[in-house]
Amino acid sequence: MQLYDMPDARGHFGPYGGIFVAETLIEALEELRVMYERYRHDPEFLAEFAYDLKHFVGRPSPIYYAQRLSEKIGGAKIYLKREDLNHTGAHKVNNTIGQALLAKRMGKPRVIAETGAGQHGVATATIAARLGLECVVYMGSEDVKRQAPNVYRMKLLGATVIPVESGSKTLKDALNEAMRDWVTNISNTFYIIGTVAGPHPYPMMVRDFQAVIGIEAKEQMLELTGRQPDAIIACVGGGSNAMGIFYPYIDLTDVRLIGVEAAGHGIETGKHAAPLTANSPVGVLHGNRTYLMQDANGQIIETHSVSAGLDYPGVGPEHAWLKDIKRAEYVAITDDEAMSAFHTLCRTEGIIPALESSHALAHAMKLAATMSPDKTLLVNLSGRGDKDINTVAGLSGMTL
Amino acid sequence: MSRIQATFAALKSHHKKALIPYITAGDPHPKHTVALMHALVESGSDVIELGVPFSDPMADGPVIQRATERALVHHVGLRDVLEMVKEFRQQDDKTPVVLMGYANPIEAMGQQQFVERASEVGVDGVLIVDYPPEESETFVGILQAHHLDPIFLLSPTSDAARISMITKQASGFVYYVSLKGVTGSQNLNIVEVGERVAAIRRQSDLPIGVGFGVRDAATAKAVAAVADAIVVGSRMIQEIESSDEANLLSNVRQLTSELRKAID
Repeated sequence: MQLYDMPDARGHFGPYGGIFVAETLIEALEELRVMYERYRHDPEFLAEFAYDLKHFVGRPSPIYYAQRLSEKIGGAKIYLKREDLNHTGAHKVNNTIGQALLAKRMGKPRVIAETGAGQHGVATATIAARLGLECVVYMGSEDVKRQAPNVYRMKLLGATVIPVESGSKTLKDALNEAMRDWVTNISNTFYIIGTVAGPHPYPMMVRDFQAVIGIEAKEQMLELTGRQPDAIIACVGGGSNAMGIFYPYIDLTDVRLIGVEAAGHGIETGKHAAPLTANSPVGVLHGNRTYLMQDANGQIIETHSVSAGLDYPGVGPEHAWLKDIKRAEYVAITDDEAMSAFHTLCRTEGIIPALESSHALAHAMKLAATMSPDKTLLVNLSGRGDKDINTVAGLSGMTL
Repeated sequence: MSRIQATFAALKSHHKKALIPYITAGDPHPKHTVALMHALVESGSDVIELGVPFSDPMADGPVIQRATERALVHHVGLRDVLEMVKEFRQQDDKTPVVLMGYANPIEAMGQQQFVERASEVGVDGVLIVDYPPEESETFVGILQAHHLDPIFLLSPTSDAARISMITKQASGFVYYVSLKGVTGSQNLNIVEVGERVAAIRRQSDLPIGVGFGVRDAATAKAVAAVADAIVVGSRMIQEIESSDEANLLSNVRQLTSELRKAID
């Protein structure tokens, strides 16, 4: 029995979260809340979810001891939770399967999604193809240009990709446009949000579907090392892979939980995507109250990270709460530090990590160096880096 | 009696309906906003809905998004909008002004500070799209303490229980959005609107404004036949968008007069 019991009935994590949407969306969210309450503990639904996670995704994902990396650093032992080995190459698919199964039970033949780097879009298109659902993915036109291979993947899977030209033409604008689609097509459409943000019940529901990561890790670490790790480290954009691995550990207060945001060019330059680390003001965006990168007028400002998946001005409301109650710590890693960790993992372990996950890895390497070899760190390696090779090559002055 | 109440009472005694145009503050340029407000009043508007630009206008369709982007080019923020209302009030102490916008600019200023300032400059009502009643208890309390009217949306998906809950918190008028979807959507079903308005009327004495889908004299007339007020947003913005500096005010006056004539 978990002692930590958040959110409240209306989706609040202390002062964060909630349902900040226009009246036109209230009924759809209420319908979703009721249906999710009905199915979240339903044995048949959970069995179907578990079946797909095992046979379609390939779970459980292994935990791997990065021995050469650990020895090279000469400090704490670093373990990797290999979400990069999932079907579609990242943790995102855990959640899209959960939501798509719910869509099917709610009788919605059409699913929509927003995507930044394209991983959530690909994971949504994948499960839509598997379940025979129509799929529309909104993607900022800037991201469409930067992530051409993922755009093509989605098309191969039968999805329609709609480039979004409004605002900064990136993830937050794709989310705005997906909300507009949803409010217009509410009767036949299920909106699959990809992270632990949005209005209630999304932050809770996405966390619950991703919690399989932490549930598995708890068993696996015990099996592998005879105890739980000293710290768990995960990257945070919206924060779904971090919530997924943190959540089952919240009551185990001996285990430090560390979220790693994107410091971009450096927090002091303002060109980053680290609202928690930078202590950004609290505000309301995309249906919830949370820490938000904004100017003095309350306009959302453009963020920067080398990793498209972390390039978001807000953060899931539960992370805001965990920061305030000091159950989790939040730090930030720059583009350069993440790139360096990326290359190190490639060369020492034969694993090409996603640039998002490279942020978590970079912090783990820093931290491990300050700890003794009898300590253990668990890094959530949330995705594989194949999607990033064009970005990395570009930064090295190469075109592929 | 608030300006909004007085306006609706006067209209009712003359068996007339209210014309409520929406413009985005700062569109097409901040220097035109106050002049546009006066032009709207002179040509037959009863209440002005003034939009506060926000970087992420999730509930708005492409027309109002573009208006917002034009205003944001000039960095028009909530403080500027309040200054515009202050300037408007120097010549017009009668026409109600309702601010419409999103939560975050208000969160950034602070709810208390915003309401105090809005009250000082002569704002009459506030409609925050993403402050549904469940999340705005405190905010509504502050508005009421300063005699500002909290305006709420009702939609085709609001059931009887919500209509009752929302109309109990609202004052001034309620704003029924006649379509699913975002602002500027098409295909208004006037019979359905009439039924929904009647359902709201069974639960509340507040005047009912109808918006989303009023595009021309014909739809204005049809909606005015079933509602107490018509709200014209996207169509008004299109007129501003297609005008140049020389004919901006005259075009807006002409559209407003046509709408006025249609609903009287």
